[in-house]
Amino acid sequence: MVSVTNPIDDHEHHHGPAKGWMRWIVTTNHKDIGTLYLVFALAMLFVGGMFALTIRAELFRPGLQLVDPEFFNSLTTMHALIMVFGAVMPAFVGFANWMIPMMIGAPDMALPRMNNMSFWVLVFAGLLLLSTFFMEGGAPAAGWTLYPPLSIQGAHNIPFVVFSVHLLGISSIMGSINIIVTILNMRAPGMTLMKMPLFVWTWLITAFLLISVLPVFAAAVTMLLTDAHFGTSFFNAAGGGDPVLYQHLFWFFGHPEVYIIVLPSFGLVSTIVPTFSRKHLFGYSSMVYATGSIAFLSMIVWAHHQFTVGMPLAGELFFMYATLLIAVPTGVKVFNWIATMWQGSITLETPMLFSVGFIFLFTLGGFTGLMVAMAPADLQYHDSYFVVAHFHYTLVVGGTFPVFAATYYWLPKWTGHMYDENLAKLHFWLSFIGFNLTFMPQHFLGLAGMPRRIPDYAIQFADFNMMSSIGAFILGLSQLIFVYNIIKTIRSGDPVSDEVWEGAENMGLEWNLPSPPPYHTFQTPPDAYLIDKVTATEVTMR
Amino acid sequence: MSSNDSYYIPSKAVWPVVVVAGTTFMLAGLANLINGLGGGKLLLYPGILLLVVGLTAWFRDQSVESETGRFNHQVGNSYRLGMVWFIFSEVMFFAAFFGTLFYTRYLAVPWLAGDGAGPGLFSYEYLWGAVESAKDYTAAWPSNGPGRVGGEFEKMAALGLPLVNTFILLSSGFTINKAHHALLADHRKPLKLWMAATIVLGISFLVLQGIEYHHAYTEMGLTLGAGIYGSTFFLLTGFHGLHVTLGTFMLCMILLRIYRGHFSPENHFAFEGVAWYWHFVDVVWLLLFVLVYWM
Repeated sequence: MVSVTNPIDDHEHHHGPAKGWMRWIVTTNHKDIGTLYLVFALAMLFVGGMFALTIRAELFRPGLQLVDPEFFNSLTTMHALIMVFGAVMPAFVGFANWMIPMMIGAPDMALPRMNNMSFWVLVFAGLLLLSTFFMEGGAPAAGWTLYPPLSIQGAHNIPFVVFSVHLLGISSIMGSINIIVTILNMRAPGMTLMKMPLFVWTWLITAFLLISVLPVFAAAVTMLLTDAHFGTSFFNAAGGGDPVLYQHLFWFFGHPEVYIIVLPSFGLVSTIVPTFSRKHLFGYSSMVYATGSIAFLSMIVWAHHQFTVGMPLAGELFFMYATLLIAVPTGVKVFNWIATMWQGSITLETPMLFSVGFIFLFTLGGFTGLMVAMAPADLQYHDSYFVVAHFHYTLVVGGTFPVFAATYYWLPKWTGHMYDENLAKLHFWLSFIGFNLTFMPQHFLGLAGMPRRIPDYAIQFADFNMMSSIGAFILGLSQLIFVYNIIKTIRSGDPVSDEVWEGAENMGLEWNLPSPPPYHTFQTPPDAYLIDKVTATEVTMR
Repeated sequence: MSSNDSYYIPSKAVWPVVVVAGTTFMLAGLANLINGLGGGKLLLYPGILLLVVGLTAWFRDQSVESETGRFNHQVGNSYRLGMVWFIFSEVMFFAAFFGTLFYTRYLAVPWLAGDGAGPGLFSYEYLWGAVESAKDYTAAWPSNGPGRVGGEFEKMAALGLPLVNTFILLSSGFTINKAHHALLADHRKPLKLWMAATIVLGISFLVLQGIEYHHAYTEMGLTLGAGIYGSTFFLLTGFHGLHVTLGTFMLCMILLRIYRGHFSPENHFAFEGVAWYWHFVDVVWLLLFVLVYWM
């Protein structure tokens, strides 16, 4: 056990939480803020999920039955914006807040006041975005990419969407600065960079990506606003501008964004798989370098989203080959996870189930990614349901499965109570089946020619759409089990030991802390020998 | 990576949420005004008030904590690293606008005029070939497009006010450096003089830019609506001007704190942060001068 509490040292900043509900508004504590982020992400998951289920209900059979086509377009747009900015990204920031200080032996995040602000900006930005549903002209309906000229014909929602993107950007940039500074400046003595848990590494690189690309998105939407209301011609060919310019700016942000979502989940899986294989991670340093390579490549491949828009041939070739290169570091990761499991003493508790499910399904999404990365083939796939299936295999699996895995993995540590394993396994299997039933048929719909973002479809697509909608409701409703399980764990779960998982005390600093950990974790840095014990990184295959 | 013992963690933070609420009300009000709904003022003004109160109180707390010695070396490092990454985010913000200038000037405009194979050939032939205003359209810069959006205008010349402004900003980089050296040597009187000189130079820059804008709008036909040249010119120089405004304001706050006896040769993060920001604004201007005014 590490000595973590130091009650004698009664400085005024060594205190417990404030009393009452104000605690959550004025808190500067990394655990409180992490909890706020996670609760907000869960709430947004259900908001975005309701949009998705409305879409799937409309598409249950051909013809228009439930919603207007305009409102349908708003639903697809807002579903994506809410899921990406409201649910998935905040969930990973929540884990970063909870775990990074505990994993590197720090007392808290480096910039606690800014930490508080970055969360509350997120909440207000979300409200501003959702408020557009109630205005003249409705919510944005041009797709989450907000391509002009369609997006700047959006009546009253334009300035609200633009400002809410600015606020979301501010929130993420402040959160990222905080994470980078914490990792670079707050590590305990002995916790060298190449000893850090992989989740910390992936977040360091993700935060760098966020600070690099979000300002570009902010600039792009600013130009949308001035084009719509102040007479500029950035995206207007008559004035010498170019609507394709917006697509370049957007995807310079948008492509790294998908790695911003998936790199932290790589980190989570790299943390969870070793624990349940009872081996340290295979190829630690190659994992670090692969993460860096993916981040670098992600910034030079953006125009593969625009193969059909008209681009010089040299551009098409460059973006195609650069994109295909990403398969190399991603392959390194997948093989390292498999090598970690190889000859391990594997048990399949729910965190491991979700992690293995992630590795399998994400690899499928990666393969369809190779297909759409081929410029000549992409002319066929573009804007079809094949693309929808592809990016849900990467983003839903990458954005939620590791989040569920990590929640089950650390919830016992955070609360001191064990979750209900049977319910959790039910949650996994229903999610896994529901997910595949929803999105697997969409590959075939797309290849058969069904376009995306359309509220109606030709009669020959009816059967697969019905399967997809049934799958979506299974996937959506099974998340209620997850919420029920969390509440049950907090209220009446069985007490757990400090180690929680068999052998976990060799797998990370956090498993050497009490369950639940004290409000301020490391008042004094943990011992160097303990850091060495939990960070044995060079492991070979037996 | 010294001991974590004395890392300062404030118990409560009341002001961040006030700042956030103020910002949101301000932006929501502004959005309503942009939509032509006058009621937006009812949100805009209270929002600005909340923002100012929140920021003032927050920075006051910080400076009191700094002067009472609550921040150890490690806390100072966190602030410095945070400032470096904030400036990096600003670099990327301006990079987007410089990228826009490059793309429109060297790709989009030539394509629209029919230059080059592929996109160029088709854009002019099929989109603009039959349009009256686009007859004899060439890829020359400055351009307001084949539609001649905004009508006749003149290019802003590099010599004249922009050159004067270049000298002004470069000098201000020199004066703030002198101020920093004075602070390090604990020479308070030269510190105040050099800081005041930097502020005067910053304000002069802004006044001259105001004159330049007025000239552009009233006599040169150069407005935000003057096609892609007007758009890139005003957004690039305008956002830079906003940063100079913010920088000048921050310099004033620092000078105020110097008069109150704040900062020592060892402990003056706020001064350093503002100085870095000022140098960053300086470098952006040099790029603007070369790429927007000169070339």
